[in-house]
Amino acid sequence: MFEKALKGSRKYWLWLGFLGTLILIGFLAFLAQLQYGLGITGMSRDVSWGFYVAQFTFLVGVAASGVMVVLPYYLHNHKVFGPLTIFGEFLAIAAVIMCLLFIIVDIGQTPRLFNVLLHPTPNSMLFYDMIVLNGYLALNVICGWAALHGEYKGTKYPNWVKPFIYLSIPWAFSIHTVTAFLYAGLPGRHFWLTAVMAPRFLASAFCSGPALLLLALLIVKKVSKFDPGQKAIDTLSKIITYALLANIFLFACELFTAFYSNIPGHMYPIIYLFKGLHGHNEWVIFMWTAWLFMLIAAILLVIPHTRKNINTLAFACVILFIGAWIDKGIGLLTGGFTPTPFETITPYRPTIPELLISIGIWATGFLIMTVLFKIAITVKEARA
Amino acid sequence: MKRRKFLKLAGISAAVAGGVPSFLLREVKARSYTPPPGALTARRWGMAIDMKKCWEHPECNDCIKACHAAHNVPEIPEKKKEIKWIWKDEFEHVFPEQPNEFNNIVFEHKPFILLCNHCKHPPCVRVCPTKATFKREDGIVMMDFHRCIGCRFCMAACPFGARSFNWVDPRPYIQEFNPEFPTRMKGVVEKCLFCYERLEKGQLPACVEACKHKALIFGDLEDENSEISRILKERFSIRRKAELGTEPSIFYLIG
Ligand code: SF4
Ligand code: SF4
Repeated sequence: MFEKALKGSRKYWLWLGFLGTLILIGFLAFLAQLQYGLGITGMSRDVSWGFYVAQFTFLVGVAASGVMVVLPYYLHNHKVFGPLTIFGEFLAIAAVIMCLLFIIVDIGQTPRLFNVLLHPTPNSMLFYDMIVLNGYLALNVICGWAALHGEYKGTKYPNWVKPFIYLSIPWAFSIHTVTAFLYAGLPGRHFWLTAVMAPRFLASAFCSGPALLLLALLIVKKVSKFDPGQKAIDTLSKIITYALLANIFLFACELFTAFYSNIPGHMYPIIYLFKGLHGHNEWVIFMWTAWLFMLIAAILLVIPHTRKNINTLAFACVILFIGAWIDKGIGLLTGGFTPTPFETITPYRPTIPELLISIGIWATGFLIMTVLFKIAITVKEARA
Repeated sequence: MKRRKFLKLAGISAAVAGGVPSFLLREVKARSYTPPPGALTARRWGMAIDMKKCWEHPECNDCIKACHAAHNVPEIPEKKKEIKWIWKDEFEHVFPEQPNEFNNIVFEHKPFILLCNHCKHPPCVRVCPTKATFKREDGIVMMDFHRCIGCRFCMAACPFGARSFNWVDPRPYIQEFNPEFPTRMKGVVEKCLFCYERLEKGQLPACVEACKHKALIFGDLEDENSEISRILKERFSIRRKAELGTEPSIFYLIG
């Protein structure tokens, strides 16, 4: 079915060419990093994880969010999601591949990557993360491909796929839970040491991921004959709304615990991010942007009138996605490392090569997503 | 799908997500090790640092120099990316949870000697995905520079900032090269190893030997008759961030 990806309009090829260029630039920057070492990035002794791990974390959420269309269809028989599950699965595939790439560029000794397999260490959360991420990739490849094939042949997906589909549902929750556990079990990192880390990860994932999916579907609707249907869009936007409200609520819980208890260790990272501390306010403007965006999006999504209007809905999804990305992509990481274990502040700023590598990986993800979506649409159009 | 079936599935997913196997608990398994004949051995190595003696010689950095020379620790000019095994920092940074509004004479800005605490429950070992960081039976938290993949999980997990990462190739920055100790390559983590290589030869750690003022006391914490055990019984000492439960093996004698 891959041949379906090879026939497309001029715009399609221009878009792929654009992504290809970004990938090439990112790859060259990665070669430079391999040569010079991670010193090419803005990370430091005190802020020892940065943009790469942040993107990884955010994208695990996007990957997990595919389940938000799979679950209602298979567990609640919500029929209008039937034609969409395949897009959820393909989105998950693209996102997991980006996650794996971000891990590869983040580790210092790339050639030794497989030591994780050679010396499996069950007390490390990374060990489980490796298992659940690769497992999730495999599950989505199986389910996505089987569903597509079924549609191609005009039959339902074969029965043997069913267990895999059901397995993929709890599995989606597990990938983001384990990713939260990477952070939430570390002593002395107050910003991360919170029991609501995993729930908040899931909430922010289940609003930002489906928002991206919804935007992608709106584009699909524009450029092809496939129409996801008004009802499906409605349900999806309701899911986004609930998840966004849950995310805001959980963050409010964090604020209460930190500030009512008045424990310095718990307050400092939040003060640093939102107000600045010891004369450092690197991320203040970003964090306020993030939360204003999410709050505005929440208002637009809660009011039925603006949620049902395709323009305001799309706008809400865009700012929600940006907001969640800043909050989880950057705020989470810098907040965890600031202040340092010495209660000092070492500012972190990603460098140009670091950003180019990251953009290259995002472009890879979008390329995979475009091609997979294209295949799915062409198959669907042929049957329509 | 039937409601019951759904609940069942939901239950299974919750169990998958939330179940914590017992081997995730905080005790890590120590790796056994047979020391060569003539080696210094202990059940749990530890160090007491007599800060009163140390403060009498504020300009002395002998321990730091000896360690960094013995272990080919590079001198990276960019402070944010520096590598250090043993260093000095002031009271406010070393014990950030102990501020005393009205006691700003005794400890204010006083320097303390910092190094890896060789914790009894080391979070760095717990998180390492390759066992490149592991705990030995004698309490030393060891590193295998050849196995480390440079994921830096251990740096996020260590609450004491004891670990450094080789952001670039460290070799050009080594001042005096010591052929007896391995150099590191870019992309791996390193830290104090309690001079395991000297203990093997029956020698005390380089910093302990270098201190002319006998401010560093190294010994077996689990041997009642060792000097360190006796001193810890007699004098008041504190450990860094004891509330985190890592059980540091470095004690600061301040009384
Ligand atoms: S001080 Fe840090 S590096 Fe050393 S054993 Fe404890 S947690 Fe590990
Ligand atoms: S950086 Fe090396 S020692 Fe540290 S956790 Fe990763 S593999 Fe283990």
